[in-house]
Amino acid sequence: MGAQVITITSGKGGVGKTTAVANLAVALAADGARVVCIDGDIGLRNLDVVMGLENRIVYDVVDAIEGRCRLRQAMIRDKRLPELYLIPAAQTRDKSAVTPSDMIRLCNELRTEVDWVLIDSPAGIERGFKNSIAAADRVLVLTNPEVSAVRDADRVIGILEAEEKGTPSLIINRLNPVMVKQHDMLSAEDVLDLLAIKLIGIVPEDEGVIVGTNRGNPVALEPKSRAGQAFRNIAKRMKGEDVPFMNLEAGTGLWARLTGRK
Amino acid sequence: MFNFLKPKRSAANAKERLQLVLIHDRTDLTPAELDALKDDLLDVISRHVDIEPDAVRIGLERDGRSQRLVADIPIRSMARRRGG
Ligand SMILES: Nc1ncnc2c1ncn2[C@@H]1O[C@H](COP(=O)(O)OP(=O)(O)OP(=O)(O)O)[C@@H](O)[C@H]1O
Ligand SMILES: [Mg+2]
Repeated sequence: MGAQVITITSGKGGVGKTTAVANLAVALAADGARVVCIDGDIGLRNLDVVMGLENRIVYDVVDAIEGRCRLRQAMIRDKRLPELYLIPAAQTRDKSAVTPSDMIRLCNELRTEVDWVLIDSPAGIERGFKNSIAAADRVLVLTNPEVSAVRDADRVIGILEAEEKGTPSLIINRLNPVMVKQHDMLSAEDVLDLLAIKLIGIVPEDEGVIVGTNRGNPVALEPKSRAGQAFRNIAKRMKGEDVPFMNLEAGTGLWARLTGRK
Repeated sequence: MFNFLKPKRSAANAKERLQLVLIHDRTDLTPAELDALKDDLLDVISRHVDIEPDAVRIGLERDGRSQRLVADIPIRSMARRRGG
C-alpha cells in the first residue's frame, strides 16, 4: 500500500492553499497517519512558517532533488506530531530548478515511506503549478466565494481536465455565513453550481486562522475552532469517511450580527 | 429595519456575471465572436429555408462542466410563404 499524493491548488493567489495544506496535514497526522507535506512554492517558501517549523530547516526540496542530501534529511519532523514531516521549498530564484519528472520521482520515493503526501501548489498556472500537479493522484481546488477566485478556479479545473488529471474536488474557504445570509456573498450552493465539481469541504472565515498562523499552530489542532473542525472534516472525507457538512448558519441571527458573536 | 442592515444583495450580481464569464472562458469565445457566429449561422440557414428573424434564439448553455450551443430557429410555414 503506497501513499496518496494530494495537491492543493487554486489559480488565484492568497485564497488559503498553504493554510489548508498545513491544517489537513496536522489533522491527518493527529489521527495517526504518516504525512509528508511539500512546499511547492519555490522562491516563496511559506508552509514552514504556517506550520511553525521555520527554525528547523537545514535542507530543502531542491537539495533533495539535486542530491545534496538524502531525502530523509530534507524531511523536517514536526514538533507536535511524531509522524508529520515538511519538505520546505527552496528560496532560490531559479524556478527551473525543479521539473515535473523530479516531482514524480520524489513522490514515488515517498510513497513507500508514508500514508499521505500533501503538495502546496503556488498560485498561477505556470511552472510551479505544473510541478505541483505532476505527481498528484488527486487534486483539490481551493477557492473563496468571490468573483475572481471562482473564475480562476474554473480555469484551473479546465486545465486539470485537459491534462487528464481527473476532475478535482472543491474546497470553499473563507465563507462568511453572515454575508451569505444577507445575500452579499456567493453561497456554497452558488459556487458549486458554477464550478460543477464535487465538494469536499467548506471552511468558514475565522479570525482564529490568523491567530494560529501568527503562532505557527494550525487551527486544526484546536478542538473548539470552527475552521479547525472544518479542516478535520475534510481530512476525514479524504480518507473516504462520510462526514456531514457543518451548519455554518448557526449563530448568524441578528443578535450575533450586532454583537459580532458567533 | 435599520438602514445600515438593509441587504445590498450583491451575491446575485456576482453569480450572474460569473455565469456569463465562465461560459466565454470555457468556450474561448468572446461575446462579439458569438454574435458573429450567430450571424453566419443565420445566413447559411436562410439560404435554404425562410426563417423568422425576430423569433430566433441562439445561445450558449451550461450543462455541468460542458457547454452547448443551443439554437431555436423557427421556420416560416409553407402556407404563409405562399400566402405572403
Ligand atoms: N478560513 C480563513 N479565515 C480567515 N483567514 C484565512 C482563512 N484561510 C486563510 N486565511 C488567511 O488568508 C491569508 C492567505 O492564506 P494562505 O497564505 O494560506 O494563501 P495561499 O493561497 O497559500 O497564498 P499564495 O497564493 O500566496 O501561496 C493568510 O493571511 C491566512 O491566514
Ligand atoms: Mg501559499
